[in-house]
Amino acid sequence: MSLTVSPPGRSGPAPASERAAASRTEFQDEQRLRAARRTAAIDASTRLPVLVYFASALFWLIMGSVLAILASIKLHAPWFFDEASWLTFGRVRPAHLNTMAYGWASMGSVATALWLTARLTRAPLAYPRLVAGSAILWNLGLLAGAIGILTGSSTSVEWLELPPWSAPPIAAAFVIVSVSAFVTFARRTEKHVYVSLWYILAAVLWFPWLYTAANLMMFSQPVSGVPLATLNWWYAHNALGLWFTPVGLAAAYYLIPKVIGRPIYSYALSVIGFWSLALFYNWNGGHHLIGGPVPAWLVTVSIVASVSMIIPVIAVAINHHMTMTSHFSVLKRSPTLRFVVFAAVAYTLTSLQGSMEALREVNRITHFTHYTIGHAHLGLYGFVTMMLFGTMYYAVPRLTGREWASATAARLHFWTCALGVVLYVGALSIGGWIQGMMLNDAETPFMKIVETTIPYLQARSVAAGLMTTGHVIFLGLFIMNLTGFGPRRQGPLTWDERADSAHRGHQLTRPSSSSMSLKETRV
Amino acid sequence: MSDHHANGSAPATSERLSLMNYAPPIVLGVALTFLSSWLGLVLAPLVQIGDQGPIPTLEGGLDQYPNPSVGRLELGRQVYIENGCLYCHSQQIRPEPFGADIARGWGPRRTTPTDYIYDKPHLLGTSRTGPDLTNIGARQPSAEWHHRHLYWPPSTSPGSIMPSFRFLYETRKIVGEPSDRRIVDFEGVPEHLQPPPGYQIVPSEKATALVAYLISLDRTQDLPVAGAPTP
Repeated sequence: MSLTVSPPGRSGPAPASERAAASRTEFQDEQRLRAARRTAAIDASTRLPVLVYFASALFWLIMGSVLAILASIKLHAPWFFDEASWLTFGRVRPAHLNTMAYGWASMGSVATALWLTARLTRAPLAYPRLVAGSAILWNLGLLAGAIGILTGSSTSVEWLELPPWSAPPIAAAFVIVSVSAFVTFARRTEKHVYVSLWYILAAVLWFPWLYTAANLMMFSQPVSGVPLATLNWWYAHNALGLWFTPVGLAAAYYLIPKVIGRPIYSYALSVIGFWSLALFYNWNGGHHLIGGPVPAWLVTVSIVASVSMIIPVIAVAINHHMTMTSHFSVLKRSPTLRFVVFAAVAYTLTSLQGSMEALREVNRITHFTHYTIGHAHLGLYGFVTMMLFGTMYYAVPRLTGREWASATAARLHFWTCALGVVLYVGALSIGGWIQGMMLNDAETPFMKIVETTIPYLQARSVAAGLMTTGHVIFLGLFIMNLTGFGPRRQGPLTWDERADSAHRGHQLTRPSSSSMSLKETRV
Repeated sequence: MSDHHANGSAPATSERLSLMNYAPPIVLGVALTFLSSWLGLVLAPLVQIGDQGPIPTLEGGLDQYPNPSVGRLELGRQVYIENGCLYCHSQQIRPEPFGADIARGWGPRRTTPTDYIYDKPHLLGTSRTGPDLTNIGARQPSAEWHHRHLYWPPSTSPGSIMPSFRFLYETRKIVGEPSDRRIVDFEGVPEHLQPPPGYQIVPSEKATALVAYLISLDRTQDLPVAGAPTP
């Protein structure tokens, strides 16, 4: 393992044992202190844009949650708020998807990517004010788009429903974000390019290109019919695979070693995981059209690529698992790690599930059913959303200088969201599978199928309620943190009483003992 | 930068040699992989099937299939789009034995790219919370049925979880003769949604157009490519 590396930054790698910590010299402490100051200065350069993007993301998370609950209830109680056109299921559902995808997940991913870029390049973020301003453009564009969808201007092309006046401002904001990331990268003072940075560089190149290309072809070119469907799913699957996934993996690659104070298990696996993802993921889109009126070769190529995704997924899973090995006890006290590890496991599961779903024999059952919706939420919620929460638990206190106000609230946040998504995915996977089996049996009357799925759809509404509760709790924590509630940051929030009390009385930038800085590293 | 290699190993030399420490190979690599998928999944289908035209269905090419939705049909298509019908209803028939689409009576044959040449945006759909609508016009040609169904879905389809689209209908006072477009049969519609005495429920222009569009959905036309074997 001569090539293992840990993310650069304030803490550096931690010694493996308390014994090593005790033998640390004053000189090392001094070095550590200087590194901490440098990282704090770099964090400070990202404070405004990253907090603005995180705050925007949370706003959209709450909006998206309200729309989610509405849409979910409407599927088992169709009379629920059915008087008004703008609240009909077919509008609320795409409004939910777009606010979550382009508001919550994308804006959260932008914040994550920029914060990590500055830290990992050891360079102050380029154009912080411009980037913060781009969030205004983005928010206005998305707000106009969400209202547009609710008032009947949706394009009805899944994942690209935002009307033509909404996509350009979002694309423009994203270009600003990308330029900032690339310029920061060009000014890097750290020679080693850590694995997270590969993913971020790729993501900030891929997504604006993808988004612009898809919108341009859809709105201005004469693409219609089946070619539009292949464009549609090329785009939609790549939004997951070339944007949310790389940023989520970048965060995992950074936070897992950071929190447990241990380098990534294998550099070689990181390289394999990265390039195999780049090779295979962007060819997956055709598996959404299996059985459809598309050229057979296209579907086959996409199935092959989908199954090949097992390579990057297993590479990343092994790498993360081996890094975590014998450090799982940290999950008890670190909110960050608990969210991140949950997300990493969800990534492995949803990806392997996706590879299976692409097989014709499985797809024959799951296609057109709620099973697919469950799978999508295991990815976008279990993986992406939980990863963003984990990142925010780590990053926000380091930007505001305040710790989280309540460990109990954080715990409640984790459990409502975790149980919520497990119930969600469990209910729709079972219900969807049954639905698919029944759909494939021509003797089963259609209404019988509808009736059978209703309990599972009701369970989904309960899950949506749980998750939304968690979101509201976290919004409360975030607002308290921004407005100065909560202790000044002296060490990280932990769920370990002893570790908490050990930190009291110490200043962040002036650790008075090496055990303090060890805690800093580890949690 | 002394602190990031201090993991008990000596990786510095090999790492500096790694191409992954430089932007150009990473950026070039990811740009090429991305471009390849665009060529494959977007451009290739466009070249292969993007220039298909309608086929003549009468000697001398007097009639054609398919026909573009124009006028009221196009307005109806827009109503279908703006209300997100495709989130529950697909418009594609898969070949046997891939699913039971044909056995369910949703269509006599699989659909092919020719069926959709005028569809912009495409409305293939990815969900069958409701039945497939590829041939709903052939299956259910009665406008009266569609209006009653849209106004209160359980009235024609007990157990349906389709939302009511009664916001597309107007409650109007009867002045003189009642409108001949009014909903006549209210069997199965809750009392409070039925018109009070002296009033009638009349479809709006959007409802009329939507129903016209639904009735126009008929892809039962024989096509030379319909026998294509693979899913």
